[in-house]
Amino acid sequence: MSIIIDKLNYIYSTGTAYEKHALKNINLVINDGEFIGLIGHTGSGKSTLTQHLNGLMKGTSGDIYYNGENIYDKNYNMKSLRNKVGLVFQYPEHQLFETTVFKDICFGPRNQGLDELQIELRAYEAMKMVGLDNDLLDASPFELSGGQKRRVAIAGVLAMKPEVLILDEPTAGLDPKGRDEILDQIAYLHKESNITVILVSHSMEDVARYVDRLIVMNKGEIAFNDTPQKVFANYKELEAIGLAAPQVTYVMNELKIRGIPVKTTPITVEEAKEEILRVLKKGTGLEIRND
Amino acid sequence: MIRDITIGQYYPSNSILHKLDPRVKLVGTILYIVFLFFIQNYYGYIFAAVFLGLIITLSKVPVKFILRGLKAVLFLLLFMVAFNLFFTPGNEAFSFGFIRVTWEGIESAILMGLRLIFLLLGSSIMTFTTTPNQLTDGLEKLMGPLKKIKVPVHEISMMMSIALRFIPILMEETDKIMKAQMARGADFESGGLIKRAKSLIPLLVPLFVSAFRRANDLAMAMEARCYRGGEGRTKMKPLKYAGKDMLAYLILIMYVAGIIAINKYL
Repeated sequence: MSIIIDKLNYIYSTGTAYEKHALKNINLVINDGEFIGLIGHTGSGKSTLTQHLNGLMKGTSGDIYYNGENIYDKNYNMKSLRNKVGLVFQYPEHQLFETTVFKDICFGPRNQGLDELQIELRAYEAMKMVGLDNDLLDASPFELSGGQKRRVAIAGVLAMKPEVLILDEPTAGLDPKGRDEILDQIAYLHKESNITVILVSHSMEDVARYVDRLIVMNKGEIAFNDTPQKVFANYKELEAIGLAAPQVTYVMNELKIRGIPVKTTPITVEEAKEEILRVLKKGTGLEIRND
Repeated sequence: MIRDITIGQYYPSNSILHKLDPRVKLVGTILYIVFLFFIQNYYGYIFAAVFLGLIITLSKVPVKFILRGLKAVLFLLLFMVAFNLFFTPGNEAFSFGFIRVTWEGIESAILMGLRLIFLLLGSSIMTFTTTPNQLTDGLEKLMGPLKKIKVPVHEISMMMSIALRFIPILMEETDKIMKAQMARGADFESGGLIKRAKSLIPLLVPLFVSAFRRANDLAMAMEARCYRGGEGRTKMKPLKYAGKDMLAYLILIMYVAGIIAINKYL
């Protein structure tokens, strides 16, 4: 049960002035139940890659295996793949179209051919998962706030009960509070239902504290593929490709350079605090001033 | 899928045609299209084809790319050819059952088909080599004299440039929404006519909403930059004829003269 990407290439508009090699020889294994962060600068190919995973785009060459089956096989059932690999697009609220929130969430499960009872059950479940109040059921999706709209759209995909959930920049354009709420909810969802989650983002800060593994893309290629700690150790290289490590990584590195023997691995403010306190308590010969 | 529609698109290159003043290209295209309808014999068509071939070569736009634009109107083309073929009265060439094909029908089908193809290719060469901005600049300048009789020339060309600018944006948007709904299990391809029409609702509603949202944003952005119509507005790059533009006009005059001469003497 996993996704294996084997030598995948994708070229846009072959043979014209707009030709672009968007994915270059991508090899990747995504295991069941992993929480993965997919990071890259604008135009690095991360959105293109995600659209390959549920068959919306077809690679120019290479193969993708889902649970051992090649999705480019002639008689592979693409529709069932899309039921299993849920993709939440960037600005998903732009795809809302129904007259009520509830009907919109029902759209996905209805396309799966479930019976009415199942559909409604799943819609309620999905609304709960993203933290939407039941009194919004009959509201028009166009009347909601930006954050609520996005929850509705994410619920619309969750209601399909995917085995793999891909979210393309789920926090773009949200305020810090909305961003944290959505990310916390996704992390909770991952923990509870143990589905595979791929979180696409261009912000290290956002994903660092949630994901098990970071995949960094640059110009259509995979630049790094490791745990966040190990990836952030290469913060100089990350800067070169237009990304940055979380700010605490810089703080820790600077502390170390200035002679305080801290580890440079913390990636959240909380971890950094613990690490600094640990070192200070041990006593470093440095004076702690209280002014 | 939707990316394949090339008609009306701009194709970046640095050919002589790309560098011409947009007014020359506009006038040229109009003249070319008008004189297509004056051609009276096959020699005229050969002349028009050779001229078009030369222009395409000069434009440095790949022929494959240009022909792809024809695909979009293939149905219209076939429809027109078939109509001319079967419904033109005259001497019978052959018939099967109730379908009667006349010699006159064959002739007018070929001529109409050629005329339409030349027309499409001629005008797409213009859009391939001229950015929408240049095009509307050219149009505004050409229509300038109409301002005297209170025609809102600037507003018309502004509307045109906005419309042109939004074609690729809305196409991209369509593509995106289509994919997003397909990810939710929507099916745009199978089923009968009614089912298919119904399946378009999840595509069309978000598309309309986004078009209105974009229009609203654009109006706001224009207003924030103190846009209030064309009065007193200056251009960063005012259009100016250069030597090559004059040469292009000369070639156009020669083309028109050629068509007239062929009509008269051949």
